[in-house]
Amino acid sequence: MQPIVRTEQLCRNFGAVVAADNITVAISPGEVVGVIGANGAGKTTFVNMVTGYLKPSAGKIYFRDRDITRLKPRQVMRIGICRSFQIAQLFPELSVLDNLLVAVSSSDSAWPHFLKPLKSPARIAAAEQVLADYRIEGFRDTVVATLPQGVRKLVDIAMAMVSRPAVLLLDEPTSGVSVEEKFAMLDTIMAALRGAGATTLFVEHDIEIVERYATRVLAFYDGRIIADADPETALNDADVRRYVVGSQIHRRQVRE
Amino acid sequence: MATDRTLLGLTLALAALLLGVVVFPQWLTFLVMMSLARGLVVLGIVLQMRAGLVSFGQGLYYCIGGYTAAMLGSLYGVREVAVLIVAAILVSTLVALVLGTLLSRYRDIFFAMLSMAFSMILYGLLVKSPALGSTDGFNVPAMTFFGWKPEAQSTGVYILTCVLAFLIAAAYHRYQKSPAGYLAGAIRENEIRVEYLGSSAQSLLHCKYVIASVISAVGGLLSALATGHVDPEMAYWTTSGEFVFIAILGGTGHVAAPFIGSTLFSLVRTYAYQFFPYTWQMILGLVLLLIIVFLPRGLWSLVQRANSEKPRAADR
Repeated sequence: MQPIVRTEQLCRNFGAVVAADNITVAISPGEVVGVIGANGAGKTTFVNMVTGYLKPSAGKIYFRDRDITRLKPRQVMRIGICRSFQIAQLFPELSVLDNLLVAVSSSDSAWPHFLKPLKSPARIAAAEQVLADYRIEGFRDTVVATLPQGVRKLVDIAMAMVSRPAVLLLDEPTSGVSVEEKFAMLDTIMAALRGAGATTLFVEHDIEIVERYATRVLAFYDGRIIADADPETALNDADVRRYVVGSQIHRRQVRE
Repeated sequence: MATDRTLLGLTLALAALLLGVVVFPQWLTFLVMMSLARGLVVLGIVLQMRAGLVSFGQGLYYCIGGYTAAMLGSLYGVREVAVLIVAAILVSTLVALVLGTLLSRYRDIFFAMLSMAFSMILYGLLVKSPALGSTDGFNVPAMTFFGWKPEAQSTGVYILTCVLAFLIAAAYHRYQKSPAGYLAGAIRENEIRVEYLGSSAQSLLHCKYVIASVISAVGGLLSALATGHVDPEMAYWTTSGEFVFIAILGGTGHVAAPFIGSTLFSLVRTYAYQFFPYTWQMILGLVLLLIIVFLPRGLWSLVQRANSEKPRAADR
């Protein structure tokens, strides 16, 4: 099957620090890829490069065989790759509905209309459908600044999904969310993403979440991919246990 | 269909002001003309403020509008106001398109200072140009208004000012409710998200800069017609500072706020100058201080506060 996203020998340096070192990977349509690694392993740098936020020092990024290495974030978004952020990037003074309406109107056209109203019945219906998909209808008119962290994350992901992208990259979707809320939240997100048919790549520290939702795992260490396999194989890899998940698995075994 | 209260209010205000042609004393019509003309310049500043940019150089376009009218009238013999309006719009658009390519890359204090620098460059050029009247400036001749030659020039300018201010305010009100209007607030709050929604924050800011410049140039043109005179002070940094002052005074919450702020500013300055001729600037400073301390969102926040308390009063 033709990969939907492919990177070739992707490198990124910040001065003397090598944040990404020859990352070559191909992601197929429909995969749910969990990206794991300790802090500073290069996970977010990888997401930032694929989504155009950071330009690689060397290497290439392809989307359906089209070279997208030098595209800007908005151009990457327009071809079908969207993302959410570790810290939800929203418009805090607007309501949840208004945030989604801005997303819907931006998805309609790159150049916004200057005189027609934003709040058209069609746009409101589209935004309300997204609210329903992510089960946040109850927060429709709440100002974003007053939302709990978990709901903000959902709104962030919902906004990214408004344009129905082919690929969605989630940067730590459960960071800052309580343990009790995590699984319920990800159940909602994954169900909505499956419904939209999006290929998903999510950065995550919680190994239980990776085991439960990912169909494939990329383990990062020191800017390199040290394992790329199905979750069971990858999480039992000797290097992955030593450098990435060892302590978490040990804790879980003690608990069990 | 729900009534648009703002549009209704603007229409009523226009009707009341047009009635003023026969009712208002001369000093009041002049005050209205100048308040509306300067209010338009402030509207341009507010448009940019909503996107998070404060222009300390809006006097540049105020001056461009005024000088375009004066130069065409005095140097080229144009006597039709419609030609002046088109010319002011074209010249300001052209200048804003060029300067905007640079300015739209900057934010915060850098945008403020750079916009002021461009305004001061124009001021310097005008002061050093004897052909354009140097520091004294020059006069704007009497005009016809779309073919109509009123008995008193001020009557034509007054009606033109009211109508243009109404049209621009109504368009601005529609713009505020449009996707582009909402994106202004979105850019101010989170440019990264705007980019990841597929829009270019820089291009949008450039576009808003051009629109704000055209509105301000129309304000300058009307001001020049009202006073019958232009001088380089129009581009001086203190003039731009006054516009920012008025924007803070009125607030950014509603299209009417810049015009209310502009009227109040004219009244405060007139009376401060009359009663405290040597310390009138101190009175203005004191007013600004009080507004910032007690009404940080400007005078319009009083109306917003009153509106938000209405339902609670009804509940009781």
